[in-house]
Amino acid sequence: MHMATVLTINGETKSFDAPPEMPLLWVLRDILGMTGTKFGCGIAQCGACTVHVDGKAVRSCVLPVSAVENRAITTIEHVGSTPAGAKVQKAWLDLEVIQCGYCQSGQIMSAAALLAATPNPDDSDIDAAMAGNICRCGTYVRIREAVKQAANGRQS
Amino acid sequence: MNAHDSVSRRALLTGGLATGFLLAFHLPLRAAVNEPVQPRDATEGKFAPNAFIRIDETGHTVLMMPQVEMGQGTYTSISAVLAEELDADWSRVEVQHAPPNDKLYGNPTFGLQVTGNSNSIRAWWLPLRKAGATARAMLVQAAAAQWGVEPASCTASKGEVAHEASGRKLAYGALALAAQGQTPPKDVALKDPKDFVIIGQPLKRLDTPDKVNGKAVYGIDAILPGMKFATVAACPVFGGKVGKVDDSAAVKLPGVRKVVVLDDMVAVIGDHMWAAKKGLEALKIEWNEGPNAAITTKDVWDDLRKASQKDGAVAKSDGDIAKALASGDKFEAAYELPFLAHASMEPINATVHVKPDSCEIWTGTQIMTRVQSEAAKAAGLPVDKVIVNNHLLGGGFGRKLEPDMVIAAVKIAKQVDYPVKVVWTREEDIQHDVYRPVYRDQITASLVDGKVAGWKYKVAGSAVLARWLPPAFQKGIDIDAIDAAVDAPYDFANFHVEYVRAEPLSVPTGFWRGVGPNNNVFAVECAMDELARKAGKDPIEFRKSMLTKNPRMLAVLGQVAEESDWGEPLPPRVGRGVCVQPSFASFIATVVEAEIDDIGEIVLRRITSVVDTGIAVNPDTVKAQIEGGLIFGLTAALYGEITIDKGRVQQSNFHDYRMMRINETPKIDVIVVKSGEAPGGIGEAGVNAGPPALRNAILAATGVALRRLPIDRKLLAAGKKA
Repeated sequence: MHMATVLTINGETKSFDAPPEMPLLWVLRDILGMTGTKFGCGIAQCGACTVHVDGKAVRSCVLPVSAVENRAITTIEHVGSTPAGAKVQKAWLDLEVIQCGYCQSGQIMSAAALLAATPNPDDSDIDAAMAGNICRCGTYVRIREAVKQAANGRQS
Repeated sequence: MNAHDSVSRRALLTGGLATGFLLAFHLPLRAAVNEPVQPRDATEGKFAPNAFIRIDETGHTVLMMPQVEMGQGTYTSISAVLAEELDADWSRVEVQHAPPNDKLYGNPTFGLQVTGNSNSIRAWWLPLRKAGATARAMLVQAAAAQWGVEPASCTASKGEVAHEASGRKLAYGALALAAQGQTPPKDVALKDPKDFVIIGQPLKRLDTPDKVNGKAVYGIDAILPGMKFATVAACPVFGGKVGKVDDSAAVKLPGVRKVVVLDDMVAVIGDHMWAAKKGLEALKIEWNEGPNAAITTKDVWDDLRKASQKDGAVAKSDGDIAKALASGDKFEAAYELPFLAHASMEPINATVHVKPDSCEIWTGTQIMTRVQSEAAKAAGLPVDKVIVNNHLLGGGFGRKLEPDMVIAAVKIAKQVDYPVKVVWTREEDIQHDVYRPVYRDQITASLVDGKVAGWKYKVAGSAVLARWLPPAFQKGIDIDAIDAAVDAPYDFANFHVEYVRAEPLSVPTGFWRGVGPNNNVFAVECAMDELARKAGKDPIEFRKSMLTKNPRMLAVLGQVAEESDWGEPLPPRVGRGVCVQPSFASFIATVVEAEIDDIGEIVLRRITSVVDTGIAVNPDTVKAQIEGGLIFGLTAALYGEITIDKGRVQQSNFHDYRMMRINETPKIDVIVVKSGEAPGGIGEAGVNAGPPALRNAILAATGVALRRLPIDRKLLAAGKKA
């Protein structure tokens, strides 16, 4: 038997049994019941599963839990408590970015990580940070505008 | 689902349970339960004048949603239509998924509780306005009775009835019980659109606040006490069956609970999706591939091309087409469209708990009642023993007009006594879709004096409607496949449309966002551009000369020319292409500007759409749907093709079934024109516009007239000619 895995998620310590190679995505969704992080492809192609590890955007569907012990994990449920995350959430609502919303947890996590690292991104910074997130509803035009609005704090 | 309560019932529930579990139990734990049972429609002690409106004594207003929310914004728009005539307090409106019930919630167009074909607002526009106005009249009657005044001397606004002469006011909550006792008026007057205060405003969507923080619950997020997780492998060849399954290695894996073998698929149930996936990988499955195991894409196309040579069923014939085609400058072309998968971001899934005498389902579906009846069949239970809890849909696009995922999940859940969440991997989702059919559209036309004198258009392809709604398939004609073929916007005096039903070898077909008009608008608008070139005319001027009887189309086309800087000089290998479309009772003109580099790669530079959809219930939603629809359609034009080899779909995930991404997305301007006409459909329409407009931009930039999608870059390298 393996030891219980201990993770720090959204500032809380969570301890559970899981195989070490199990991707963080399924730990979040199926063991911890944190369903805000979404399954889209399972091969890091769509970004729906994006979370932050030590503030960086990563694809949780290919990230073994054993790789993130003792790291700070932030999910969509908690990103609003970070300054960048709160700005992104507000801009997303102000500009009505969202349609079905299924990819938007991942979009918001990618955008929040971008702004935390690059407070004033230009179009190419936005493309580079957000191109890993597919939106099938096609909300990209508004995502780009909302990232800019979140960056400069403009009010709608 | 209430945008206005800072703490939702669900947040309290999940937060409370999470804390309780953490305190009370050791590991492993499951920290949340996501709406195991959705709130049932409750009418007791409320003003409930019809199936849609529930007002309690505090004035809290619940609106029951007959259509489902899959991103198109219909929950907000339907609420706006109801609230407008009800004169509700918009800030106190909450929406609730309606339960399955065709009698109460059947879409008036289909007679079924179906969300599709861009007709939620079109079909419900009058019935819901009447429902709202009737409820308002009953509230006014109740207040008037209480005050001893004439109802006609009272007014209503923002959830209150007022009697201005005496300065009295009563809130809807205070009137709820009295209103319930009122007799509904027979013929209630509807508002003059100029008096609308909610409809036509850029309303904030009711569903989005919970979509920025992970709280929104989609079908895939349902969590039930004691639930296990399953994933499936279906026979990779269409129509094939399970042969032998060796599960000896799989059942030894930690977390694997059970292997379920069905007729055509195998499922592994585990403690979580990871265990189920690992278990599935450890199975040794032999398939009985059946008669389709050798089919290839080439076979499908050979078959369709042959079938398309036959005469079709005549859908429309005006004038003398034979005579018209015998004179003038003749044009002939065939346009071909590939199979496409839906690839909703939320892979198909269903959670099911089968008990000896009941079956409960948690999923997101576009077909509430059909899911209920199909689940009942699969479970061997009467329909009234099947409960369907609908959820937000993580994209639908027509995939969730099918019940297959629910039927499979019921069959799996029948094998165990606990609830099972069955989630398809992306690979299984793409390889076991119902595909947008292949189409071959042939257009024969003649030009006389620079105008189209004769137009013969034959559509060949699958009749999705014949399978999906058999009574709608009459006289050999699929009215969806030819929708925007018979409804062409131009003045063609001699006009003939035929349809050849041609079902593709082995590949199941279904509705795909944009539906039939995708093939029609593409073929018509490609042919119109080629005809304009033949006539030596500007593509917009050429179209305008044949839109003299279509003022709404003419107006949007004129406006898009201005807004897109049509006619302004462009660099080499950059072109503008136009598309006009009459589909879904909306009038839309679109210009795509694109650059084609020397190796034939395409850079989208700019897109402009002008939209006359009649009264835009929520103009910002109209804009958003066109923006998103354009990208959906352009994704297909640039990349979309499902191919078949050895009877199997060759694509499997987003690396080989590509989607447009943000770095490929140009500036998009959508202008929604003011109109007093009845609302048109909008969710599908943008999809129709992108492919022909882009293809025509490529024609302008390179002189190459593409006739197949997706775009073949090899044909577009510098120096290539049509």
